Amino acid sequence: MKDLSVNLSGLILDNPIVPASGTFGFGREFAEYYDINILGSFSFKGTTKEARFGNPTPRIAECGASGMINAVGLQNPGIDTVINRELPELKKIFHKPVIANISGFSIEEYAYCCERIDKEEQVGIIEVNVSCPNVRHGGMSFGTSPEAAAEVTRAVKAVTTKPVYIKLSPNVTDIVAIAKACEEAGADGICLINTMLGMRIDIARRRPVIANVMGGFSGPSIFPVAVRMVHQVSKACNVPVMGCGGVSSARDVIEMMMAGATAVQVGAMNLKNPYICKEIIEELPIVMEELKIDRLSDIIGIV
Amino acid sequence: MQKQGIYKIITNVPLTKSVYKMVLEGDTSNITAPGQFINIELAGKFLRRPISICDWNETTITVIYKVVGEGTRQMAGMKEGEELDILVGLGNGFNTNIDKMKHPLLVGGGVGVPPMYGLAKKLLAEGKRPTMIMGFNTAEEVFYYEEFVALGLDVFVTTVDGTGGTKGFVTDAMEQNGILYDYLYCCGPEPMLKALHRGVMTGGQLSFEERMGCGFGACMGCSCKTLTGYKRICKDGPVMYKEEITFE
Ligand SMILES: Cc1cc2nc3c(=O)[nH]c(=O)nc-3n(C[C@H](O)[C@H](O)[C@H](O)COP(=O)(O)OP(=O)(O)OC[C@H]3O[C@@H](n4cnc5c(N)ncnc54)[C@H](O)[C@@H]3O)c2cc1C
Ligand SMILES: Cc1cc2nc3c(=O)[nH]c(=O)nc-3n(C[C@H](O)[C@H](O)[C@H](O)COP(=O)(O)O)c2cc1C
Ligand code: FES
Repeated sequence: MKDLSVNLSGLILDNPIVPASGTFGFGREFAEYYDINILGSFSFKGTTKEARFGNPTPRIAECGASGMINAVGLQNPGIDTVINRELPELKKIFHKPVIANISGFSIEEYAYCCERIDKEEQVGIIEVNVSCPNVRHGGMSFGTSPEAAAEVTRAVKAVTTKPVYIKLSPNVTDIVAIAKACEEAGADGICLINTMLGMRIDIARRRPVIANVMGGFSGPSIFPVAVRMVHQVSKACNVPVMGCGGVSSARDVIEMMMAGATAVQVGAMNLKNPYICKEIIEELPIVMEELKIDRLSDIIGIV
Repeated sequence: MQKQGIYKIITNVPLTKSVYKMVLEGDTSNITAPGQFINIELAGKFLRRPISICDWNETTITVIYKVVGEGTRQMAGMKEGEELDILVGLGNGFNTNIDKMKHPLLVGGGVGVPPMYGLAKKLLAEGKRPTMIMGFNTAEEVFYYEEFVALGLDVFVTTVDGTGGTKGFVTDAMEQNGILYDYLYCCGPEPMLKALHRGVMTGGQLSFEERMGCGFGACMGCSCKTLTGYKRICKDGPVMYKEEITFE
């Protein structure tokens, strides 16, 4: 019997597989395909204080075999509706602690939403997405400076009781400095990476494919970047890391864990193959057997 | 209820220079209405390609697609016997249970014509008397005229350049032929949808397109604004009621 369980700041997951925020909605659509209770957990759609429509369409661009670009722009029904409508629905189909992904455009907004979501019984971990623009500071993303990321972390930690993971953007020069600033500010863990800034052009029409011009690139081709950043951050920090970016197989999961991830998130691949997380969970014990791994938690950060 | 499956190509033939008909064999049990679509995985492509269901029976699905880019070109090159990984039963489809509707008008533009075929069959089976208008740019592009006629309904063709049928747009054919109808169903390019949305006084349903990430409601890639709130074209659509549509 293989042991797939992992421990994220005291929360024991049956396995390390966690669908990434924005690619799994609030679970309903995937529950039509399979019983989502087989998952370790999942991270729900990035939630903000107010309801948002997000960016104009087209919001999606194809990037060949390698991945896709999205510029959804955090479309979500707002924290009130998430608490009053989505979470009661989620409870019916998912019976494990869930990861609450929170976004904001000011420090106050992050703190407000995290304080509210912290009180929700089903929330196991709060995942704070700091890739959003800080509207009061010229729209620079909170996640691009150690000071701003630490400020968000401190503000959220001051009003919450549950583990807080800061989800970092890879679009920075020194990921380690930002991760360490978050750890020092009290973060219980780090999640990385979010999407990489990308762009596609429709060469026949001579204009960007995406209405927003640029968007977040994700999918299998960002995997090496994610592995590198997970490795760097997990070596430099003492808190657990959730690895994310380009994961598409059980072997990728093992690689990400060897790089230092305690849990592994799967994003864009859910959109291409709605069964990907189920397939990975089923494939993991087979690959573990092949690689002579009995307990998955034994390989965390061994490289 | 959406499902994933492996489907075998049993026919893949050109209907015009750039439009192909593909018949796929496999599980069709979760298709519930005409106007639904399927999402096709292609080798070397990350995103699946959404294509409307033209017709279906217990064991096969017929789709009609136009070659517009790499993915559809790849599809056109596929052979009988090859297999495709497809998500089936996506979207809401057309609602035919409309109070007092007797003479629905079906309007299809270009590759918006195919979903009208399954819809026409359903309406006829339900005892309605539909009329079909198909709009194309030029006579060479016309496909499925005989198939619609064979169903036993009145079919009008329009071409923008006048090389076939009525010259002009579908709205011209509606006026010139004095077509009477009490409900509208439409699928076609956005300018056509806009013109009909503005010009038609009866109730109706219009089918929309958008670039899709997943096609099954998970990613918010395909959202649009309606008078009844934000909707996902792939899950809450692609068919929208005329009353809720806004083109702001
Ligand atoms: C619900 C729905 C039903 C459709 N039904 C049909 C049909 O029955 N017959 C038919 O010929 N076409 C249909 N289309 C359009 C069809 O999906 C596109 O023509 C096709 O995806 C183009 O792929 P490509 O790789 O050849 O083109 P590319 O331009 O190379 O594709 C690049 C990306 O853009 C997307 N894309 C390009 N054009 C469109 C478009 N018009 N709508 C949505 N996504 C697009 C592709 O899916 C792909 O992700 C439908 C679209 C939708 C949303
Ligand atoms: C369509 C889409 C929407 C996303 N929305 C969010 C979001 O709301 N919040 C967030 O923190 N990350 C969001 N992400 C980023 C993913 O959670 C993930 O970090 C990223 O896509 C990298 O993983 P992947 O390569 O496996 O997709 C989104 C990604 C995609 C593709
Ligand atoms: S394409 Fe993903 S929600 Fe519609």
